[in-house]
Amino acid sequence: MQLNDLPTLPDERGHFGPYGGIFVAETLQAALEDLKREYFKAKADPAFQAEFHRELKHYVGRPSPIYHARRLSDELGGAQVYLKREDLNHTGAHKVNNTVGQALLARRMGKPRVIAETGAGQHGVATATVAARYGLECVVYMGSEDVKRQAQNVYRMKLLGATVVPVDSGSKTLKDALNEAMRDWVTNVETTFYIIGTVAGPHPYPMMVRDFNSVVGKECLTQMPELAGRQPDAVLACVGGGSNAMGIFYDYIPVQGVRLIGVEAGGEGVATGRHAASLTAGTPGVLHGNRTYLIQDANGQILDTHSVSAGLDYPGVGPEHAWLKDSGRAEYVAINDDEALAAFHRLCRTEGIIPALESSHAVAHAIKMAPTMAKDRILLVNLSGRGDKDMATVAERGNIAL
Amino acid sequence: MSRIQSTFARLTNEHRKALIPFITAGDPAPALTVPLMHALVEAGADVIELGVPFSDPMADGPVIQRSSERALKHGVGLAQVLGFAAEFRQTNAATPVVLMGYANPVERMGLDRFAQDAQAAGVDGVLVVDYPPEESAELHASMRGVGIDVIYLLSPTSSAARIERVCQAAQGYIYYVSLKGVTGAGHLDTADVETAIARIKARTSLPVGVGFGIRDGDTARRIAAFADAVVIGSRIIQEMEAHPGQEVSRVRALAADIRKAMDA
Repeated sequence: MQLNDLPTLPDERGHFGPYGGIFVAETLQAALEDLKREYFKAKADPAFQAEFHRELKHYVGRPSPIYHARRLSDELGGAQVYLKREDLNHTGAHKVNNTVGQALLARRMGKPRVIAETGAGQHGVATATVAARYGLECVVYMGSEDVKRQAQNVYRMKLLGATVVPVDSGSKTLKDALNEAMRDWVTNVETTFYIIGTVAGPHPYPMMVRDFNSVVGKECLTQMPELAGRQPDAVLACVGGGSNAMGIFYDYIPVQGVRLIGVEAGGEGVATGRHAASLTAGTPGVLHGNRTYLIQDANGQILDTHSVSAGLDYPGVGPEHAWLKDSGRAEYVAINDDEALAAFHRLCRTEGIIPALESSHAVAHAIKMAPTMAKDRILLVNLSGRGDKDMATVAERGNIAL
Repeated sequence: MSRIQSTFARLTNEHRKALIPFITAGDPAPALTVPLMHALVEAGADVIELGVPFSDPMADGPVIQRSSERALKHGVGLAQVLGFAAEFRQTNAATPVVLMGYANPVERMGLDRFAQDAQAAGVDGVLVVDYPPEESAELHASMRGVGIDVIYLLSPTSSAARIERVCQAAQGYIYYVSLKGVTGAGHLDTADVETAIARIKARTSLPVGVGFGIRDGDTARRIAAFADAVVIGSRIIQEMEAHPGQEVSRVRALAADIRKAMDA
């Protein structure tokens, strides 16, 4: 396989090399076949694409700018750090690119009801938002532990007219919410469209979510030469399920000389076992409909993950990342909670930008890399979301009562 | 002839249908699994489906999910499940045992080692819920070497093309999921199920069993009128949940009731 072939993946059955695929019970096969057929039709339909891009422009606020973080770069004394400002999107993160796309597809398929899983609540909010925008009924599954930790986002979803269903099974977090959403889908498949929030799940989800988010990388390809006179030396993005990273990586895969660096959640440190770094420390297996790297025990049971950032707290990762890792086209590293928090504070104070804790992981790795590089080198960081949602977590870490 | 084949052949001769109970290995406690299997056989079960606990049982409803969680709390994994099957086989040489579970524990063990250990334990079939025919060429290759059947699901939403594909790949018997949704869900329309079974039987000579949503002897009897086997899972687990300390006797009585209704 040539690197240049990578953008043509997945194959017809959703495989990225050995990863991806359709590992679901027979009860979901028909729904996925339907979805795949309708998605390919929509993808090839200029009217659908035009509406998608019109919505991204007027509703989401695209294109998002790229910002040269000059004060931060000067402080670091090495490579120049540029930020792709997905935090400026409507709803505050890249997640809405995908939910707009899938909601338009739901409407096109005549499904009056959408469901979603959410961890921190960002994808839930993005789904509730577009459901309100297009007049769709919306049910969001959220682990009961997360419901407690993310009360503000739960309220936000309710304001937007969604029903939030707490999930009490398993570890009561994101992976269990995903299981429960799948169960809802299999039961209500005629009326319901399942809006998955990341580049994981059975085919065609990893491909479809990547396609909708790839607008991020496409914009960068045009914006970087305009702003900096050339493409970056490396593109950095945080990776939980991996949708913002796939979004910015995808169009850069064939671009020679651009390193792609995915930054996973190292939690309390990969060596402690309390982390969410599936690619750095996991092993291949099958979960949530696809084969990918997983955090699992010797019996093949999925383990609880740990990260200060709820959005990265997932034991799997999108199958295309698994393939990018094995093929060597992308590199994956882990950043610990305390490093991410330090980067969060540093960006607040040097640039007046409050990043999401997820995105702070990518910023933290740029902070590590930049001083080792010459001043004419460029790091492009996907600032995938804003940190307003993280006030409570950050304050608590600093022993501050709000 | 395999144990599954000879079981269905015997039942055909006797003009009876198979009763296939499902229990999760290790639930409610590891020490009860083998006694439960024997009690089910004594009550008239023809095949035992033994669930392999998994942390993320996506295709199962809340009852089997809880059951899986209880088993996991006891540390029961695939290796222990194979141990239960082997122990059962020491005193029962005739009743087929089918392992039902998810792909990840099997992949983690490794398909070839799983095949060898399952054969050594006297396992007769495997049903890996999230391995559809398109993704199970390797499982087939491993199981072919040890003579273990690969069993598949069909559902009300399966297209004609998928029914054909599954019938081509299937061995042992076909498990028709009678409801849209997860295990233990909702209400069953037996007329719809009868139509679906006829459609499947037109494409295969394998026995076709029906499961999901069968909760009592009356439904089992109506299903048994046209299906080759009746699978009961969630209802058995609920019986155990409702009667802690009396699991074996309650399950034996429940299975016997259903057996009686099916044979009436």
